[in-house]
Amino acid sequence: MWQTALKKVFKKKMPLFCASIIIFFLAVAFACQFLGLASTWDAPIGAQYLPPAFTTFDMWLGTDILGRSVMYKVIQGTRIALSVGIITAILAAPIGIFFGMVSGYFGGFIDDVIVWFITTLSSIPSILLIIAISYSMGRGMTAVYIALTATSWIALARILRGEVLKHKQREYLIAAESIGVGHGQRIFKHLLPNVTHQIILSMTFMVEIAIRSEVLLSYLGLGVQNLPSWGKMIDDAKGELSTGVWWQLTGATVAMFFLMFAINVLGDYVRDALDPKAHS
Amino acid sequence: MWAYFLRRLLYAVPILFGVSLVVFSLFHLVGGDPATLLLGKHATAERVAMVRAELGLDRPMYVQFGDYLREVVTFDFGKSYTTREDIRDKISHGIWPTLWLSVPAFFLTAILSLSIALVVAYFRGTIIDRAAVIFFVLLMSLPSLAYILFGQYILAAYKGWFPISGYGASFQEKVYYLSLPVLISIFLNLGSDIRFFRNSIIEEINQDYVRTARAKGLNESLVYLKHVLKNSMIPVITYVVIQIPYLVLGSLLLESFFSIPGIGGMTVEAVNNSDFPVLKAMTTVISVLYILTTILTDVFYRMVDPRMSFGKRG
Repeated sequence: MWQTALKKVFKKKMPLFCASIIIFFLAVAFACQFLGLASTWDAPIGAQYLPPAFTTFDMWLGTDILGRSVMYKVIQGTRIALSVGIITAILAAPIGIFFGMVSGYFGGFIDDVIVWFITTLSSIPSILLIIAISYSMGRGMTAVYIALTATSWIALARILRGEVLKHKQREYLIAAESIGVGHGQRIFKHLLPNVTHQIILSMTFMVEIAIRSEVLLSYLGLGVQNLPSWGKMIDDAKGELSTGVWWQLTGATVAMFFLMFAINVLGDYVRDALDPKAHS
Repeated sequence: MWAYFLRRLLYAVPILFGVSLVVFSLFHLVGGDPATLLLGKHATAERVAMVRAELGLDRPMYVQFGDYLREVVTFDFGKSYTTREDIRDKISHGIWPTLWLSVPAFFLTAILSLSIALVVAYFRGTIIDRAAVIFFVLLMSLPSLAYILFGQYILAAYKGWFPISGYGASFQEKVYYLSLPVLISIFLNLGSDIRFFRNSIIEEINQDYVRTARAKGLNESLVYLKHVLKNSMIPVITYVVIQIPYLVLGSLLLESFFSIPGIGGMTVEAVNNSDFPVLKAMTTVISVLYILTTILTDVFYRMVDPRMSFGKRG
């Protein structure tokens, strides 16, 4: 299912284009983390609020209030955005998988308890839950990760529970049961591969939502501290626009826009390719 | 139907209890000491103890949880830490500006995106559809804060077409001040709404009954307007109705940027001031509304959709 779907997706130009955007962002983030790209973002390169100039690369997006290169900040922001997105998805996915699969598979009392828990959490507007958690945890990266993880797994668990309920009736599981395959093996060896596409798709959207939420948290002063995240840059820009300083906001917005666009479009294509009732 | 409604209400009790438990543990067990937060790090131990006693934080956890449950049931959340205002009054004052902003925005967005989605779905598979889909993904890929900042700066500060921020008592003033935030709010949701509506409509077009209707020679526009539209309304209505509880929360960002004295702006203010009781109350009230709306939605569906029953596991 995967191979044919992916082949179908990458025959078209648009998904290829989006995949290359995502790979580019990942490469930039990787270069920041391990090769020291833009590691000098914290050092001033000139006077404050210099407009963009095409002299040297670090001046392409001008300077900020402290005379630091906005270009370097956007690049470092890529690393932060992707780590917020990816770490959230990696932390949230196992939780979602566990609760979703267990709840759908075993049913009964376990299902009731898990559904109660999921319904409870999703009754609290996620933005308020994120605010409350990052508040309680104090400011900083860890709080951001925990808050976003705590809200991200819910949708996945709900989707997987529904999928597992559908699959439970299928012959292959009944056959597995009849030849004496245990619960663990049935869940992980037989069920899990059949719902992997849902997991991957959900994780893609977790990355997107996490990056978006980080902007909001930064605006509330609960986000990443002392690091040039896109959210922080956009937040800084609220006082700058009226003085004509547009480059910091534009830089962060454009970078975020391309990443969000690529994730959205690629996610759509993959979902359509995997969905028998494709929207076309 | 009434039996179903009552059963759902009964089922809401454990959910409400769960919400209270989560909110209470977040703000009381995990969240630092409000007394220290209020007084700052340099307060003497006596002062902290005094404030703790005043706020009732020195009592055992289960007593405090009991108090909180009473607050939830009576909707009496005490006073704000910072302004000493009664929170219930605060919420009932704040709700109106929020609704003035969110209700028109909600309806305009729904009508506009549904009309556009119908047109786009009609041209499904053509270049118009593909261009439109890409355009709406572009719209939804921009960060919402950027919409607000650019919108406020370009349309209000730079062009002067709208006031920069504010709120007024009379209807004219409301229209004057709220038109820009409403406009921005429409753009914030337009992309994702249209995409979802388009997909729901097209999913319906691919159903067998549509093929049958066409096969028996029914006029294409009649099929589209009569059969497809009616049936695709079910996912569309779900999608729209599920947003209703959020109307009360309003938009945190829009309200605080346009200085609208609503619930969303208050929440932002409460975050900035570490005003725990207000945050706790907001979270609780909105969750309660959310639970109630979901119940009403489900009852409504079962009235609209004959395929669903009011049966036990329905």
